[in-house]
Amino acid sequence: MNIQLLHEQYKALLRKEKRRIRFFQLLIIISFIGLWELASQNHWIDPLIFSAPSKVWRLFVEKWSDGTLMIHVNITLFETVLGFIIGTLLGTIIAAILWWSPFFSKVADPYLVVLNAMPKVALGPILIVALGPGMISIITMGAIISVIISTIVIYTAFIEVDTNYVKVLQTFNANRTQIFKEAILPASFPTIISTLKVNVGLSWVGVIVGEFLVSAKGLGYLIIYGFQVFNFNLVFLALMIIAVFATIMYQLVELVERKLIKAR
Amino acid sequence: MAILTVNHVYHTYFSQEVATEALHDIHFSVEPGEFVSILGASGCGKSTLLSIIAGLLEPTAGDVIIKNHDQSTSIGYMLQQDYLFPWKTIEENVTLGLKLLKYHDLHAKDIAKELLQAVGLPNIEKKFPRQLSGGMRQRAALARTLAVDPKILLLDEPFSALDYKAKLKLEDLVCAMLKSYEKTAILVTHDIGEAIAMSDRIILMSAKPGAIHKIFDVPRELAALTPFEARTHPSYGAFFQSVWKELESLEHSTSS
Repeated sequence: MNIQLLHEQYKALLRKEKRRIRFFQLLIIISFIGLWELASQNHWIDPLIFSAPSKVWRLFVEKWSDGTLMIHVNITLFETVLGFIIGTLLGTIIAAILWWSPFFSKVADPYLVVLNAMPKVALGPILIVALGPGMISIITMGAIISVIISTIVIYTAFIEVDTNYVKVLQTFNANRTQIFKEAILPASFPTIISTLKVNVGLSWVGVIVGEFLVSAKGLGYLIIYGFQVFNFNLVFLALMIIAVFATIMYQLVELVERKLIKAR
Repeated sequence: MAILTVNHVYHTYFSQEVATEALHDIHFSVEPGEFVSILGASGCGKSTLLSIIAGLLEPTAGDVIIKNHDQSTSIGYMLQQDYLFPWKTIEENVTLGLKLLKYHDLHAKDIAKELLQAVGLPNIEKKFPRQLSGGMRQRAALARTLAVDPKILLLDEPFSALDYKAKLKLEDLVCAMLKSYEKTAILVTHDIGEAIAMSDRIILMSAKPGAIHKIFDVPRELAALTPFEARTHPSYGAFFQSVWKELESLEHSTSS
């Protein structure tokens, strides 16, 4: 019996499995792009509608080098990040108010249910009329789409904090502010972070729909513009870029989560 | 002169359907430096009584009088589990009470260090609760309770979540700490052995509604010993039997 040897074998097994997973993941993406290109070249699918990876790539290089793509990407990213930060922050603040006043929370309950059930993007036209067809409307859209669900999830986390922690603080004569600061908020951090992860996705929805409606700048605008002039290369390019940046944002939030959770 | 008097306290819980009387005419007093146990089956209102004494709950009738002191600042409370805040270091946990009670004391860290030393946990100020064992965590919780220098300690089954060995060791430690810091203590428990080993007096409660059934004075030779020694003393067995019989009779009279 050689434990060290067995351990080496076990590690080799793990590495082998990891390589297999990576191989299949790559296989899927390569064959998808390859098949897409092939189907488009041979007119199995209509290249005018479904474009082709090579065409999307050429458009990307062109738009990147003349700098117009960067402008749209920057605007959409700015709107999404801001929308998602405002949505989560506002959700946390409203949740804190609900926690603070059980009476208010009971009064607000049916309204929260209705607002939560309501499809927020339907408010888009009203927002644009009220706030003007610009960035403010789009950021508001990115925020309201996540604020109600954040409020509900975070408020639930607040009231589910073990009451014994509150009891400990009460024996030290703590007031409600201190109880919130010392127990309720830090105990709910993991929940707040996980709503952050959900809100990344939601804010992208809000911002893209907002850009559809305002139709002036950003990746959502590129999609709607590409659709209107029947340039589907542009539509696919915008979709790809959204996929990349949405993934990056999600990964960043996960990184923050790991850092914060590690600290406890 | 009693340091604490529970003065004809009644408490009733209300719900939509029923009003449940939890405590019925509880009246007793505790002398300074005394260790009193409240013994009873689960559901006899022990924890309700403790919450009322701590000022966390307003009794339906009656009151709690504490000599020369404000109820909220002169009482320390230890729960069944440690409830150390997992995101705070041990030092931050121990100094929490000092911070909340606004004792703008520059020596908070020194107090924490000294108390942790006294409970047998030196050099762990910067550790987090999850890095400690259950017994160590409960000792840190004891240090947190003692940090604000309460006159009276309320112990709500603080040993019940520990393994037997840790429990015996902590009983001895708590007794020794209470003696050396000259504290008065009220322990709530359902463990007859623990009540006998630790206290000077045992208040036996009956359930539904919670009322005082009988008060035992622990034999002086047992009360003088440490809890561990008391458990092995010749007269421990006989006294255990007499408390046990009383508890048994109580159960029969309520179940029949």
